[in-house]
Amino acid sequence: MATATPEAVEARIVEALASFGPDIEQVTRDATFEELDIDSLDLVELAQIVEDDYGVELKGDDMKNLKTVGDAIELVVARAS
Amino acid sequence: MSRRRVVITGVGAVTPLGVGADVLLRRWVAGESGIADGEGACRDFVATDHLSKKEIRRADRFAHFAMVAADEALAQAGWSEQLPYPTERIGCVLATGIGGLNSLEAQHDVLRDEGPKAVSPLSVPLFMPNAGAGTLSMRYELRGQSFSVASACAAGSHAIGVATRMIQYGDADAVLTGGGEATLTPLARASFASASAMSPSGFSRPFDTRRDGFVMGEGAGILVLEEAEAAAARGATVLGEVLGYGSTSDAYHLTAPEPEGRHAAEAIRLALRDAGREARQIDYVNAHGTSTPINDASETAAIKLALGEQTARAIPISSLKSSIGHLLGAAGAVEAIATLGALNQGTLPPTLGLEQPDPELDLDYVPLTARPFAPRAERPLALSNSFGFGGHNVVLCLEGVA
Repeated sequence: MATATPEAVEARIVEALASFGPDIEQVTRDATFEELDIDSLDLVELAQIVEDDYGVELKGDDMKNLKTVGDAIELVVARAS
Repeated sequence: MSRRRVVITGVGAVTPLGVGADVLLRRWVAGESGIADGEGACRDFVATDHLSKKEIRRADRFAHFAMVAADEALAQAGWSEQLPYPTERIGCVLATGIGGLNSLEAQHDVLRDEGPKAVSPLSVPLFMPNAGAGTLSMRYELRGQSFSVASACAAGSHAIGVATRMIQYGDADAVLTGGGEATLTPLARASFASASAMSPSGFSRPFDTRRDGFVMGEGAGILVLEEAEAAAARGATVLGEVLGYGSTSDAYHLTAPEPEGRHAAEAIRLALRDAGREARQIDYVNAHGTSTPINDASETAAIKLALGEQTARAIPISSLKSSIGHLLGAAGAVEAIATLGALNQGTLPPTLGLEQPDPELDLDYVPLTARPFAPRAERPLALSNSFGFGGHNVVLCLEGVA
């Protein structure tokens, strides 16, 4: 299991989201999932990656409230600590 | 009121002979084969050359083929910039024999090795048979009826037939149709081999005495069908017309065709009657011609039964599967495209590998080399046969413009 430092979590989430479609430069903390064309199915895959890497289990309700990349990073860092 | 007519205004293909409908016909007519190591893989197809990272990730390989073939077909029809009809009046009927088998097998590995929580939420959305139709509907914003047709190796022709009826009946003014298949996977290979359907020698040589099964291929063929008057009103270039569609079932065996070809023959008769044409007017028959011992015999019997033995002997027949293998649910669509191209070029494409004719099969299968033909009427006329596991028989009657 990887250590969930804020830097590591950010790098991992940005990499995962970029693998779903958007260019990596577009995946900033302020970017919204809507802008990035990341939908609910993508977010479930993101949750699976996060659980694999950090042991953080995210439920559907957790994901529903996420609007930006930053929201996702903060949620994972908070849950992992 | 006379029946609405259905014309073809665009075609696109991804096949073992390359990316494009032109390359398919050109290489087949030249006698080239897309089969290597006993399979017709689309080796020239590189998804990233045509599709974005997201498009690739959100669709199975069979839908990748369909998207690229559809882009080509729509460009030829002149639809790339703007849809020529209200979006609610455009349908999408896409065939597949099996669906996204690569995705299914990959996710089944994940399930077995990592457990259910690791299975991708995209699993079913990628491998469901209707994924191709849904993907194309979304890609081009087509909001008329869209669904998939699954009748194994007859599906591509069923899709074109159903799409034709949809326009004739007035439910749509245009339909994007065809089929996609990508099943060069361990499970499909093992299953077809166990069923003794696939060639152990790896040669596709329809109607040859040494034929020992089909060679599996992959790819897609897509056609743009439009109501004839609407197509003319917008100044579309017409490639041909779907004149007739006939379909029956053997109700005989899960995999074997009815050996006397009686119900396949009835499908041929129905297609001709639907087209309002006679057997003696046919310039060419594109055979299902799988290279299995039983198909090629029962198909020959069916053609003779339906057209009359003497008439049948005078009609050239050939099989595209001799060049690209069997594209299962995409086969009928790719074969309709190749048939149309052959009609419009005045060429009879060859049955490759037919070096030792089966003495029991005595029709003109255009062995080995293409040859020119002169249409019997003003416009060239062909039948395209498709038969599927499950006993499905489909015949299309297509007219060219040359």
